[in-house]
Amino acid sequence: MHKHLLSIDDLDVRDVEALFATAAEMHDVQNRSVKKLPALRGRTVVNLFFEDSTRTRSSFEIAGKWLSADVINVSAKGSSVSKGESLRDTVLTVAAMGVDGLVIRHGASGAAQQVSQWTDAVVVNAGDGMHEHPTQALLDAYTLQRRIGPLEDKHVVIVGDLTHSRVFRSNVLLLDKLGAHVTAVAPPTLMPAGVTAWSKDAGFSTSHDLDEVLPEADAVMMLRVQRERMSGGYFPSAREYTVGYGLTRERLALLRPDAPICHPGPMNRGLEIAADAADAAQSAVLDQVSAGVAIRMSVLYHLLAGEGSDQ
Amino acid sequence: MVPVHPVPDTPPAEAATLEGRTVLDARDISRALTRISHEILERNKGTEGLVLLGIPTRGVHLARRIAERISRVEGVDVPLGTLDITMYRDDLRQHPTRGPHRTEMPPGGVDGKVVVLVDDVLFSGRTVRAALDAMNDLGRPATVRLAVLVDRGHRELPIRADHVGKNLPSARSERVMVRVEEFDGHDEVSIASTTEEA
Repeated sequence: MHKHLLSIDDLDVRDVEALFATAAEMHDVQNRSVKKLPALRGRTVVNLFFEDSTRTRSSFEIAGKWLSADVINVSAKGSSVSKGESLRDTVLTVAAMGVDGLVIRHGASGAAQQVSQWTDAVVVNAGDGMHEHPTQALLDAYTLQRRIGPLEDKHVVIVGDLTHSRVFRSNVLLLDKLGAHVTAVAPPTLMPAGVTAWSKDAGFSTSHDLDEVLPEADAVMMLRVQRERMSGGYFPSAREYTVGYGLTRERLALLRPDAPICHPGPMNRGLEIAADAADAAQSAVLDQVSAGVAIRMSVLYHLLAGEGSDQ
Repeated sequence: MVPVHPVPDTPPAEAATLEGRTVLDARDISRALTRISHEILERNKGTEGLVLLGIPTRGVHLARRIAERISRVEGVDVPLGTLDITMYRDDLRQHPTRGPHRTEMPPGGVDGKVVVLVDDVLFSGRTVRAALDAMNDLGRPATVRLAVLVDRGHRELPIRADHVGKNLPSARSERVMVRVEEFDGHDEVSIASTTEEA
């Protein structure tokens, strides 16, 4: 495994298998009365979040704490960042305190990669702009695998904003690595220019017709519609999006009852996903949240517990 | 729910190639385990409250065999579990990160029970120290005992075994290898001298 986790491309299939196997053990820890393992005792992890986040940040925080690391949260709001400090200075300042791991979320694509060049600490990408969100993809694939078994030759339908979604990008890379077939469904306006070449390269197919692909899906992932996109003219109205690409009650009937429904959260109920789908027995949304802690424990453990993770 | 299987364990390549002198063969091991099973029952005056926990990898298989023997003698299935100690090792920092093995507690847990830890080799005692720490996070047994197939000496901590298959005096530089049928394909305990300091 690489020193950092910046992109799904940092992992080969064996790494992913090892991360999943460890996550499965970590999952059991969540059901214990003493939710604590000593593996990262004496390690310090800083969650450096330049964008709003509740679940990813708290998930990393719980993961670090359950492994006995000291976890500190730094968010852009209310920090020296709001006083105009540059990313580099913030990172160097935090690193100078003797931090072992940096979990970073930033609005600029490539921020995590850039940060990893400024510090000796282990860097975990918790979402960088429109680039990647590797731990989200790992927890999605892990959740699916626990529900429907090995993902080889499984058909996963991903619906949403392909142009701007880092979750999509990481998921496509990972699902391809694991041998799954991905069909990406989006309105033409939310498909990036050059999607044909990209899909060929990354091994996924595209469609504009959700009703057509849903019956053949082994699993479906709904991506969040970012409300700020609506003012960007990508689609005429929320209602229009729901009619064409939302997982509505009517569409739910097209989906096989054993096909899990994933959503990275936070959900816009009634927009990209109807309450009937979000709360259905086949919804894996809450599984994803608990898997998120297990996956992040696994990632922090593999990157920070052993030899070579010392500064 | 489909379980995600951990990466399968494979015996280390060196164990297969390194030549050594056989100390216990399959029948010796079988006899030693039978004796240990009887000792456990004698000491506990039966199976009341007894829980066997195997320490991965080979201790798990030895614990299962002891449970089978106890079941044959007493007609009772003793609760059986596994206790992984990877996260509790004191040398975690000194090696590349290793993935943990399974920890599986028997349904009744370990609170108030007589837990017998089962491992293949007792050497420095550090594994057992880690196992006691791991147990601490899982419950509070009434008593913890230790059963090992081989005690090779060279303790670095104040730890001793309650039930020993064979005391095997060894030099610190020697390697003691336990192989079990379920994992290595055959049963054998061997000792080999290595040129490197262990």
